[in-house]
Amino acid sequence: MTTPIPSGRTMIHVEGLTKSYDGKKPAVDGISFDVHAGEVLGFLGPNGAGKTTTMKMLTTFLAPTSGRAEIAGFDSYEQSLEVRRRVGYLPEDTPLYKDMSVLEYLQFVCDVRDVPTSARSPRLRRAVEQCGLGDRLGALIGELSKGYRQRVGLAQAIIHEPEVLILDEPTSGLDPNQIVDIRQVIKSIGESKTVIFSTHVMQEVQATCSRVLIIADGKIAADSTPDELSRGASGKTEILVEVGGSRGDAEQPRSLMSMIDGIDDIQVLGKEGGGTRFRVVAKSGFDPRGDIARVLSSATDMDLLQLTPERTSLEDVFRKLTTAGSSGDRRGAAPEGVKEGRPS
Amino acid sequence: MKNILSIARRELASYFDSPIAYLVVSVYVILSGSLFFSSLFVNGQADMRGFFGVAPLLLLIMVPFLTMRLLAEERAQGTLELLLTMPVTDWQVVLGKFFAVLGLLCVLMLLTFAFPISVAQVGPIDKGATIAAYVGMFLLAGTYAAIGVMASSFTRNQIVAALIALFVGFGFYIVQHVLAPMLPPELGRVATQLSIDGHFESIARGVIDSRDLLYFLTVSGGCLLIAQTSLESRRWR
Repeated sequence: MTTPIPSGRTMIHVEGLTKSYDGKKPAVDGISFDVHAGEVLGFLGPNGAGKTTTMKMLTTFLAPTSGRAEIAGFDSYEQSLEVRRRVGYLPEDTPLYKDMSVLEYLQFVCDVRDVPTSARSPRLRRAVEQCGLGDRLGALIGELSKGYRQRVGLAQAIIHEPEVLILDEPTSGLDPNQIVDIRQVIKSIGESKTVIFSTHVMQEVQATCSRVLIIADGKIAADSTPDELSRGASGKTEILVEVGGSRGDAEQPRSLMSMIDGIDDIQVLGKEGGGTRFRVVAKSGFDPRGDIARVLSSATDMDLLQLTPERTSLEDVFRKLTTAGSSGDRRGAAPEGVKEGRPS
Repeated sequence: MKNILSIARRELASYFDSPIAYLVVSVYVILSGSLFFSSLFVNGQADMRGFFGVAPLLLLIMVPFLTMRLLAEERAQGTLELLLTMPVTDWQVVLGKFFAVLGLLCVLMLLTFAFPISVAQVGPIDKGATIAAYVGMFLLAGTYAAIGVMASSFTRNQIVAALIALFVGFGFYIVQHVLAPMLPPELGRVATQLSIDGHFESIARGVIDSRDLLYFLTVSGGCLLIAQTSLESRRWR
């Protein structure tokens, strides 16, 4: 399993996957997608959209009502043991045995996952190192902080060097530093493996994924790259500009900036602290930041205090794709630039 | 087999990390010991009848408290999902849990060896009958364990699991001790054939009959099979 997987190979193949509990309205409704080796796929959607159910089917915990999922060429229902050998899974809320120490637990996972004795200590060492658990090996899992528990969960998911890693909300409930750490781990794993992880946090997708799948109401609402998705939202870049200086009125900087090429709209957000804030909306394909800086600094009585591109647009896409108005085909509502199927 | 042992080992270790195992084992040893010694001194006879008279009932009451957490807790904590997405079959999980209780019950019975040994100090003891009774007790305890594993597979609530196991156990008990005496003799014999205690008593008399063995294996196996089916049901519900 240590040999690198040729990238591009289809590792996960999902076809018309449907799950309905007790004959109710399906939680997952006929979704299809492929994931290729070396991809980090962000599974995005509001709570209750069907992310977790899909993951439970991929990991063989639940059986699909109809449709099928194939992992590394094995059917998740018919060849469930083969699939399980090749998948590392971290369920939501990181369920672990609280009465075991970290080391005991990881050894237990090695036992059950048939990690050969000779490979055990190097793999333990690597997983512990990758997840930053070195100083907590003897601690009881029940006494660990949430962040460390999450790392143990990650470590158990990678210890057998699976080809596919499936993580259900791996960063929920963590503090910002821990989130950065976990993302780092996911990214480094994603270099050689196929990773699917679910989240409802947009920045997470931007920071870690090579591809996004937005799921709403059990259906795929968009399948794209994070960049493509955010460009598709409005096709525009928004920039937050803050100007200070002796004059302090909004009119002058506004008129100066309005002369710059490629600017669509300038909104005055008002005075805050030391300066006046503006939201500058650039036309698609333009990045007027350099021009704004030049123009404003050329005026002697103005200081440029802040110049920040706003990346709220992906969140807009998300909201647009996943909130009401659900009648009809969602895919029709997908913004421009968001293609169906895998971006080539 | 390796997987079963890994699961059993983990479970057994976690028994000894929690107070409940110590509590149940000591209550069992103290209760059965005091009942045993009191009957020993009252009767003034060097035999084990007192012990083997109460031990089955005590096991019926105690074993559910050892088995209640086995699968219910894993369900409640969500660890079951992680376990069942590892390359182990549902059957291996059930057997692993079952063997863990069985291991604990062996420890418990080992502790009660103190009773026949002390009896042997004061007078001759029927070795054959004692050994047979212990075999019977092991089979009986194993059957209650299987019932407990089954009960624990039904629910995420440990208390409910314990109550179901007690209910089933007492069902078998009532058949033997309440129902059988009331029925006409022919039917009474059938009732005895169905009850766990009846088969235990027949072994405890000193004869290990294949029919009794078959009975215990069938009931235990059946319960474990139901437990496995109940785990598996997540895949077709």
